[in-house]
Amino acid sequence: MTIVYVPGDSAARSIGADEVAALIAAHAAKAGIDIELRRNGSRGALWLETLVEVDNGDGRFAYGPVTPADVDSLFANNFLDAGEHPLSLGKTESIEWLATQDRVTFTRVGIIEPLSLSQYEAHGGLAGLRTALTHPDVVGEVLASGLRGRGGAGFPAGIKWRTVLEAAGDQKYVVCNADEGDSGTFADRMLMEGDPFTLIEGMAIAGIAVGATYGYIYIRSEYPSAIETMNKAIEVGRLAGVLGKSVLGSDKSFDLEVRAGAGSYVCGEETAMLESLEGKRGMVRPKPPLPAISGLFGKPTVINNVLTLASVPAIMKDGSKSYQDRGIDRSRGTQVFQLAGNIARGGIVETGFGISLSEMITRFGGGTLTGHPVKAVQVGGPLGAYLSADQLDVALDYESLAEAGAMLGHGGIVVFDQSVNMLQQARFAMEFCAAESCGKCTPCRIGAVRGVEVIDRIIAGEEREKNLELLNDLCDLMTEGSLCAMGGLTPLPVRSALVHFPLEEVAK
Amino acid sequence: MKYLTWTDEAALEVVREHAEKPGPMLLTLQALQERFGYVETSLLPSIAKELNVSRAEVHGVLTYYSDFRTTPPASRQIHLCVAEACQALGVRDVVKELAAAGYEVGERSKDGATDVVGVYCLGNCALGPAALVDGNLCGRVSAKSLVAQVTS
Ligand SMILES: Cc1cc2nc3c(=O)[nH]c(=O)nc-3n(C[C@H](O)[C@H](O)[C@H](O)COP(=O)(O)O)c2cc1C
Ligand code: SF4
Ligand code: FES
Repeated sequence: MTIVYVPGDSAARSIGADEVAALIAAHAAKAGIDIELRRNGSRGALWLETLVEVDNGDGRFAYGPVTPADVDSLFANNFLDAGEHPLSLGKTESIEWLATQDRVTFTRVGIIEPLSLSQYEAHGGLAGLRTALTHPDVVGEVLASGLRGRGGAGFPAGIKWRTVLEAAGDQKYVVCNADEGDSGTFADRMLMEGDPFTLIEGMAIAGIAVGATYGYIYIRSEYPSAIETMNKAIEVGRLAGVLGKSVLGSDKSFDLEVRAGAGSYVCGEETAMLESLEGKRGMVRPKPPLPAISGLFGKPTVINNVLTLASVPAIMKDGSKSYQDRGIDRSRGTQVFQLAGNIARGGIVETGFGISLSEMITRFGGGTLTGHPVKAVQVGGPLGAYLSADQLDVALDYESLAEAGAMLGHGGIVVFDQSVNMLQQARFAMEFCAAESCGKCTPCRIGAVRGVEVIDRIIAGEEREKNLELLNDLCDLMTEGSLCAMGGLTPLPVRSALVHFPLEEVAK
Repeated sequence: MKYLTWTDEAALEVVREHAEKPGPMLLTLQALQERFGYVETSLLPSIAKELNVSRAEVHGVLTYYSDFRTTPPASRQIHLCVAEACQALGVRDVVKELAAAGYEVGERSKDGATDVVGVYCLGNCALGPAALVDGNLCGRVSAKSLVAQVTS
């Protein structure tokens, strides 16, 4: 039977995928054609959504971007037999934008139906977990892969895991950080909606590796579809014996549950997240103690980002070497970049570390959506630096970005054209910090409020020199005196917005 | 979204359902809001008692998280993303146009039927400006499209 794929990812649905799916089903029924309609995840080519695929035994053929208005003409042009149409993209696997990526963490996203465990297994799922169950040194394997945390700080996952493994504790936990608060990022969401079993498998492997039997996935409340899909997948996993007292029939036990956030950015910071999971206000805890030693409910806890944990099944399945062979220098493996903002071809670009920012924006992104020249690019979320058009040669890896005074963060790349007002962006960074500060330390809590005021005076043209100096001092204070990266890194977007862009231009 | 009408008895039942979970407070308040659309502050002393914590602690959690409401919501909800990637696609103008149409971000609409909330990122940053309308994610929105949706 002909299989038709229409993504059920919420980004695809945000621009009409549900209507497209319903129209295709109705049209086929009316014409008496038997089709199997599958709601896969999204391939990540969000500029091609709704990306409809057809498979009648000869591979998958793609059409996109399909709007509800295109459905009649797709049928008229025989798309169920891969017929020619102005929206034809040929075989999906040969779409250049996808074919030139290196999908490891996202290998199944957009390919399978998210809640089908049989499709998951048919595409390599659970092989990593099976390996881990008999592997003598899972932590060593993850360490050897060079995998670093994808949530922002880039800390080697294997070292964190080893600390938890060696920590004494009657109960240990695995916490998945799915707070994904950074603007310009959506990879965690798309993985959870499109391939939830990969995250479950990664967490189970982490549990087995460090001796933890229970896990929590903390998902932000802004992601209702991801919460729903993860909950369903956990249920499927339990019924199939992937989770529970005996993981895949072994003597290892692992189970997990989803907890929803409540609209606080700083709860993405790991210790604030622990507080929130304990039901309290999401206030940052001073370190030490490290969560690896004394984390959730005071127990040794692995906390990793969704993408970190979701990369582990592939590492266990194909071996650390295969992962380690990708990337450059101390940035090993692949990074799931997210192209966002004013960009013609936005979406998920997974590729080895080291590709340049300009190649990312030009070759993959196709320049700005508006067609105007790029003026600024913010890399790494709201605490990341703004780079100017003449800084785009920077390579996208942890160290090169740090050298350029920027940071990779969670891999979000937000492009702005000439219409952006950099002073307003600097102001927003302070405003955001003021709104989201947990309030624990003064430089952040008070500093950000003062920052907004000072920038407002600069915008109004009041004593510019003096106020710029004041802003500079304030940034120093926040950088040096803040307890966590919220207050500590807010000066990064503020300063870069002012340093890389001349004031006359900035204050237009 | 259909909510039940708040009664203290029904609310306390929800509290008791969650009281045994580890770290129950946030969960409990979320469950109350999910059921009734908001959390009635007059119940705080009873919640504190059920969960065996101080009243100040419950109040602290309720006021810390921006998701919580202490009054019933309007019948329609717009959560508009006002973060950077959506700024790059003109959400600042959308905010102005919405205000001009009687939909000030951060307030209830002039006609009283819609709450308009500004949020930071909805994970739809390649298809911005983005919004949740009654919990459903929308991409490439404009002031016009949003108003049309909540008045249809
Ligand atoms: C203000 C703030 C917000 C953060 N938000 C997130 C987030 O949304 N997701 C995330 O994975 N890490 C976030 N982090 C980083 C976490 O504190 C932590 O480093 C991460 O969860 C560790 O996982 P990883 O090593 O796999 O990256 C944030 C940090 C700070 C200071
Ligand atoms: S820097 Fe800000 S968010 Fe971080 S602990 Fe201090 S007040 Fe809280
Ligand atoms: S920044 Fe608006 S959806 Fe992410």
